[in-house]
Parts: sequence; structure tokens; C-alpha cells
Amino acid sequence: MPKKLKKTGLIFFPAFDWAISPNHPEREERLLYTQDQVFEEGLLDFPNIVEYKPDLATYADINRCHICVPNPQYLTTNSHLISAGGAITAAKKVLSGEVDNAFALVRPPGHHSMLVAHGARGFCNINIEAVMIEYIRHQFGVKRIAVVDTDCHHGDGTQDIYWNDPDVLCISIHQDGRTLYPGTGFTDDFGGPNALGATINIPLPPRTSDEGFLFVLDNVILPMLEEFKPEIIINSAGQDNHYSDPITNMSFSAQGYALLNEKLAPDIAVLEGGYSIEKALPYVNVGIILAMAGLDFSQVREPDYDALRIRQSPEITRLIEEEAKNVMTLWKKKKNLKKQVTGSAAYIRREKNIYYDTDNIMEKQTETVRVCDKCGGVVMIDSAADTGKRIYAVILPNSCCPECRESGENFFNRMNSSQYNHVYFQDRQKNVFIVK
Amino acid sequence: MILGIDVGGTHTDAVLVRNFQLIRKAKVLTNPANIMASLLEAAQKLISDENINNIDRIVLSTTISTNAIVQNKINRVAMVLLSGPGLSPETLDLGKDVYFARGYVNHRGIPVKNVNSRQINEISNEIAQNQIRDIGIVGKFSSRNPQQEMDAAELLQDDSRHISLGHTLSGQLNFPRRIATTYLNAAIHDIYQGFVQDVQKFIEKIGANIPVYILKADGGTILINKSMECPVQTIHSGPAAGIMGVLATARMKEDAVALDIGGTTTDISVFADGVPLLEPSGVAIDGRKTLIRGLYTKSIGVGGDSVVKVENGGLVIGPQREGSAAALGGPFPTPTDAMIAEGIVDFGDRQKARDAIAPLAKMLRVDVQDAAQAIVKKMAAMISDHVRQILAEINNKPVYTIHELLEGKIIEPKMLYVAGGPAAVAPFIAQNLGYPYSIPDHSEVSNALGVALARTTAEVTILADTEKRELIISEEGRVQSIPRSFVLADAVEVGKTTLREKAAGMGARPEDIIMEVTESQEFNMVRDFYTTGKNIRVKVQIKPGLISTGAERVNHA
Repeated sequence: MPKKLKKTGLIFFPAFDWAISPNHPEREERLLYTQDQVFEEGLLDFPNIVEYKPDLATYADINRCHICVPNPQYLTTNSHLISAGGAITAAKKVLSGEVDNAFALVRPPGHHSMLVAHGARGFCNINIEAVMIEYIRHQFGVKRIAVVDTDCHHGDGTQDIYWNDPDVLCISIHQDGRTLYPGTGFTDDFGGPNALGATINIPLPPRTSDEGFLFVLDNVILPMLEEFKPEIIINSAGQDNHYSDPITNMSFSAQGYALLNEKLAPDIAVLEGGYSIEKALPYVNVGIILAMAGLDFSQVREPDYDALRIRQSPEITRLIEEEAKNVMTLWKKKKNLKKQVTGSAAYIRREKNIYYDTDNIMEKQTETVRVCDKCGGVVMIDSAADTGKRIYAVILPNSCCPECRESGENFFNRMNSSQYNHVYFQDRQKNVFIVK
Repeated sequence: MILGIDVGGTHTDAVLVRNFQLIRKAKVLTNPANIMASLLEAAQKLISDENINNIDRIVLSTTISTNAIVQNKINRVAMVLLSGPGLSPETLDLGKDVYFARGYVNHRGIPVKNVNSRQINEISNEIAQNQIRDIGIVGKFSSRNPQQEMDAAELLQDDSRHISLGHTLSGQLNFPRRIATTYLNAAIHDIYQGFVQDVQKFIEKIGANIPVYILKADGGTILINKSMECPVQTIHSGPAAGIMGVLATARMKEDAVALDIGGTTTDISVFADGVPLLEPSGVAIDGRKTLIRGLYTKSIGVGGDSVVKVENGGLVIGPQREGSAAALGGPFPTPTDAMIAEGIVDFGDRQKARDAIAPLAKMLRVDVQDAAQAIVKKMAAMISDHVRQILAEINNKPVYTIHELLEGKIIEPKMLYVAGGPAAVAPFIAQNLGYPYSIPDHSEVSNALGVALARTTAEVTILADTEKRELIISEEGRVQSIPRSFVLADAVEVGKTTLREKAAGMGARPEDIIMEVTESQEFNMVRDFYTTGKNIRVKVQIKPGLISTGAERVNHA
């Protein structure tokens, strides 16, 4: 069936000279065979597929969404600035109308990086989608954004950064946290008190195959997007749900990924994880690029593809259907939940213990948000890591109300910095970042 | 002494060069219907019984391959494709004589499905029934493992057939381009063979035993008898001659831009440290993108004879040409007329030029002199805008390493070389671009000089996979085993040795084999957290340039 061609921007940056360490999954070889497959299929010769060189993200771009301890200079190398910059380039090309959609096929990934970053977790130093999202809000005035995270691991970093933001809908589908890193992302993680329903988690049982993913897409994700009406849909396109991935247990295929992309029709896709570099990535990436460009992907197939072997069991199908029903029930109640969650409290506090597996750091964090009916609410964070660093941060949300602004400014001005290494003030609305 | 002949669209130029001095030159009109006749005519103007024995080599550019393709004087070709899964072949424009066959290899060159001999035999029968004698065989990833193409060829081979194999024509990846390249190679094989035989007869006729070379698209030469299996490499021989001509006539070691301003078009080429740039993937011809290594050139529809009009109150130049300048009896005002009216050049009938521009001036509400000036400036602006755009494109070409992204070479031209009839517009363009210009000497025969002095170029692509213990050189169709301990330096060494032999076989003199490693990458292959081998990729080339002592500018005789 002939499809509608789309002009697709491709930001391909395999960073062939960068690795976390020589044998690490996040190493030079990761996108080598993807490059081979993309080149051999001649995808870059299609007039509707345009390749762009990535920009470099700036430290100011990072400071719009992260509190980097002590600063982004310390936490990033050029590789991170390029991969976040690649995501920004993708967004710029789409929002300027130069292309219809864009795919940032860049590394290293970012979706495990949280609002406060003391180091690297889950191979991520900075959250490249969040850096991009704050860039497009700042530069293009985009308000409502949806992030659909299809990586096999819970997109805990993106969730954390937008936990209190009612304008950014973060949907993560991933392998059940009881069976995989980072061990979070259960359905009752539903967003902060002023952003209930803007965080959605759909954990899936191990060995879920194409059928299960597409069921959730059709019956949960698409209806939610339909109701949320985002201006921009971003896909955190992790490729580790593939049946051949060495560090996960799912049964998704290249065809499944391409179909998912076609139905989701993201404006911007950003590569996240995916470490079956030889057997999955070349085919998944070709499938996604073809799907985005509106070209026929029906013949993309892994050499060892066997539909019967990877088919999910009826039990899995039943579990997924049940979960989809539960998530949708919760979603429909989201407007009535606030009273239940907040009671009469003026501030809501949550305690978090965050482990940075890549850098082996432990962080204890207290996050306090002002209960507010007009905006996401001012957020205060007290964070101490076993590196000996303790910081305090005040974060004003993107569409901050005057009351939250006033209390946030007061908190920051009154804060005695003597017991902290640094005190940060991040005003996402006015693009102000102050450290004292 | 070297005899260089450039067969151009209008003129065929010949030069005799001794020790990089131009000895004699000749110019005859090209007879498009009989290129051989033009070649002979030009050659005979320079060759005599006295000097024939002093000629060491003859180098030709040829339009035969380009013309055959553009004019569709080509043979019917049966394409046998081992395409496997992936991009749907229906997405590609493949023509009618396509036969899909089983068999494919993956990105590492590991066979996934084998060629089926019964099926190939059936295809062979069909090809015979359709009376097709030229066959192209192309496999997906065949440059990573040529064996399946060779297997299919063995089954399809018979004496009445000529077979072109995809992997022999380029070591690069790009299946659709490999198909186009192989198709064209097969399609022009016959006509090219005829040309080579004619040239050989000519050499016999003049009774000399002189090696004859042909200029390829990449500005390098190859012995004519070695070019028979890869005639498609000789497309764009003419534009390549133009660019090599700039090298031969200009003393150039810097980043530069060269313009060849013709009647209808202006050709733009770019030099990095004095070396002409190559097309990154391969040249395009007649709307087909190929893997043929070729010099980078961009043609824009502005020339000395472009029609000048006023539309919506503004000047429009080109892209069409309707004859010569009005000053020379043409029907419409042209940039050449503007230059004549302005007095920048002195030929033709100045009054006719002014008369032709007068109606434009009226529409622009200025006098003729101002209109003429505006036309020249507009032409210069159009060309300089394109030059800027091309440089931006080249400098923004995607790269894949952090090192290249941050430290990569940026081309910053220091000089603008301008050739062609309307070169008088050069100062205006140079002023726009902000660097000086130069009009090289001998520009009327510079193409032939470029042809005469071009060195032999070649490239080899090495892929070593120590997990498979295998090394592949696609262009050579070579697969050999290697030890596990094989490293990048070993691959570079194999590349250099192979390239040296290859270039010598193509007719390069040892002193002209100046090699350059253009790609050398070594990847640790890790499976399940253990290093299982190395994936090594190396490219070695002899870059386009002049034969060794020809690096200095050609002097007057």
C-alpha cells in the first residue's frame, strides 16, 4: 500500500571514537553495524531523508533542566554535548518546518539522568530528551509535550525531571521493574500532586512480543495522546526490547518497532538504549527510519527472525490486557485524585534513594513541592550524595504562578548556604539559573 | 613526451608536453557522431614521423561513456539481484529485466541464505530466451563478501555473455548505487569495447608502440586495456579533465575554488590543500546515483550566453540558452552582451549588445549602462551565492567521530581560479567572495594539459574481521584468512601492498604511486562482555593529482 512520504531529518552520530570503557555496552562499536545497514540500504540517497550534523549543546542548555553537581562542565564530556546537541538539532529542524519529523540516532543515551545529577546512571550523564524539551520550550514557545519512552528500561530520569510538570506527559513502557534495572516504573507512579496523570507507567511482563506492545499502544498510549493533545510527540526510542538484546528479556522485533513508530508517528525520535548491536540495531534502525519517512518497511527483517519462536504466551496476553484496563481506569480518574493525594497539606514531600550504577554513587534526596492549582508548583530539593556533596535547589516550573514564584524566590534568598556545597535556583519559566 | 587529448562537447584539444613544458597545441571541432575521427584529427596535427618515437604515452579523455548513457545508446542488461530482506526493491527504479535470486549476506559478510543453483539456471534460461547478452549481478553487502556474486556468475557465464559484478566496481556500501553502477557498466561495455578497439587500431596505424591511458571520473588515468572491464569508471571524463586542467595550469597548494564559466553553465569545483575534492559517495549520471569515484563538481545554469530577462521588476539570468550573445548575432541579450556593452571585454558588435539590453533597461527604468552593470553584478552574485552554498554544504558534511566533529578540516578558499570565455566576470565574483582570483595561463587548452599530466589513481577497501579470521578486498574480489592477532597496522600494510600492485597494473609509474590512508578504524568486537575479535576498516588511495614532477606549473614553450 503506498504511504504518504514524509521529509525526515536524520541526525546520525555514532561517536566512533568514544566509549564508557573498552568492553562496555556503550562503546565505539555500538552503531557500527547500524551505519553499515543504513548505508547499504542507500537510505541517505532518498530525497525525503536528509542527514544533518549535530550541534553541540551548551552548558546553559543543560542548566535549563538539570541541577548538575557541581556543574555540567564536571559531569559531561564532548560526547554528551554532541548527543544532547543532536537531539536539539532534530528538534530545530522539525520546529522550523525544514522537515516533517526527525530521528536523532545518537549516543550516549540520557533517559536515566534525573533532575539532580551527581554522576552517571544507567550509562546516562545528562538527559538528552529533557535538554531538548527545555530548549524547544525556550526557543519555540512549545507548551504541551508528550514523551513516549519505548526503551526496555523504565525512563526514570525523564519521569523525575517532569514529575511535577502537568504540561509534559511522560509515558514509559518497559520490562517490569521487578525483573530489570532500574527496578521502578510501576503503575502507581502517576506524577506529582499538581501533575497527576502526567506520568504514566506501563510495565510489561518479560517475553512480551510485538502483539503486546502494539496492544498497549492502541489501547492505552494512543487514547491518552488523543486526550492530552500534545503539540509535539517525542519518542525515547530505546531498542532493547528486541528479542536478541543481551541485557533484557523481551521479544520485540524490527517489524514491531517500525509498526509502533508508524502508529505513534512521533515528531522527534531520540535513540536511547539497545545493545544487540549486531542482530537488532541495524534492522530496528532501518525500520524506524523507513517508517518515519513513510517508506515501505514491510520487508525489513532480522536474518534469524522466527515469528513463532518469539510469540508471547496467552498468559502474557491476558496480563497485558488486564494491566491496560487498570492503567486506563486510573487515567480516567486522574482529575479526582488530587484531594485524595494532598489532603489539606500545603506542601508534599517525597524521599528518594537514588543509586548511580555507572558511577557507583548513592544519593539521598528530599523533594518538596508546593501544592498549587495554577501551575506545577515550586519544587525544593535537598540532596546529599556519598561523594560528600550536599546541595539545595529551588526549581520554578515552566508556567509558574505568581505565588509559587514568590515563595520560590523567598526560599532561595533566605537559604543559608553554609550547610550546602551549592544552592541552585532554576527558573524554567524565565530561563534563569543561579548558583550560590 | 606526452600527448594529451581532451574530447570536449564543442572542441577537441590536443597538447604535446615535454618535461612539463607545453610544446605544441591543436584545436579541432568535435564531431559528436564520430569521436574517433576528432581524436585522430587532433592527434595528427601534433604527431609527425619525427616526433612519434619520442612520445612516451598518450592520455585521452573520452565522452564515449557519458554520451552512450545520456543518449541512451546502450545495451539491454539483465540484472540478477541477490537482495535479501530490507528496503523493498519496489522502492527502487530497476527497469524491466530484473531477476531476483535467493541468497544474501549480512553486514559482516556472513552468508545468511545461499545462492540456489537451480534457480540461477532457470534465470539463465530466461535471459537466453530474452536474448540478453549483458548481465549485471549484484548482491546486498557483496562488498563485504563477494563470494555469492561470483557463485552466480559461474552459473551464468557462457562465451556469448558479458557479466559485470557489483563488488568489483567499488568497495563502498550502498546497494541501490551498486545496482546502478553495475547496470551502467554492463550497458556500455559493448560500445566502450568498440571505442577501445578503434583506439588500438589508430595506434597500430601510426606504427608506434605507445601506451594509451584514459582519464577516469576521479581525474586519474588507467591503461586503456585495463579499463575494458570497468568502462563505467570513464564517465565524467570530460569534467574531470577540466578540473585536472586547473591543477595543471595553476600553481596551487591551498584551499581554492575553480569556476569554469561556459556558455550555458558554470561548473564549480573545490580544492582542499590543492587536491580536488571527490564526490563523497559517487557521481550521478543521467539521474542515477552511482558508486563511481569522481571529482566533485556542481553545474549551475548560468553562463555567458544565458538569456537575460526582466520579470516582476527584477533581472533573471538563465537557465536557458537560446544561441550566442546578441553582439555576435544571437536572438536575446546575455551576460556576454552586458560585458561587451560595459567594455569589460572587447569583441562582437557593441551597438548590437547595447540595443539588446535597451528594452531591459527601459523595464528597469535605468539607462543601458546601468542595466549592463546590473546584469554583470547579478551574474556574479548568482555564482558567488552558489559557491558559498556549496562550501557550506561541504563544510557541514556529517562526520561520525568526535574528533572530526570538533577538529575536522574546514575548507577556507584562498583563491578563485576562473576559466572559460566569460571569465571577465571573475573580479566581480572575487569581490563578493572576499578572496582574490586568478585566470590561469593556457586556459584555452587547459583541459588537454590536465589530461596529459594526470597521474594514475586507485583505491582499495580493506575489511578485516578477526573473529571470522577473514580479510576482504572487495574491488579485487579477494578473500583471505588472517590470524586472530591481526591488527590495524597489518591491514594498512595489506592495503598499501595491494594498492601499489593495482596501480602498477593500471599503468602508474612507481614515482607516481603516492598513497594516502583515508580511513583506518579498529573496533573491539565484544559479545556477552568478552572481546571476541576486531573489526578493522581501512581505505587506501592514490589521490588525484599530477604525475610527480608535474606538480610545478606548465611553462611557456
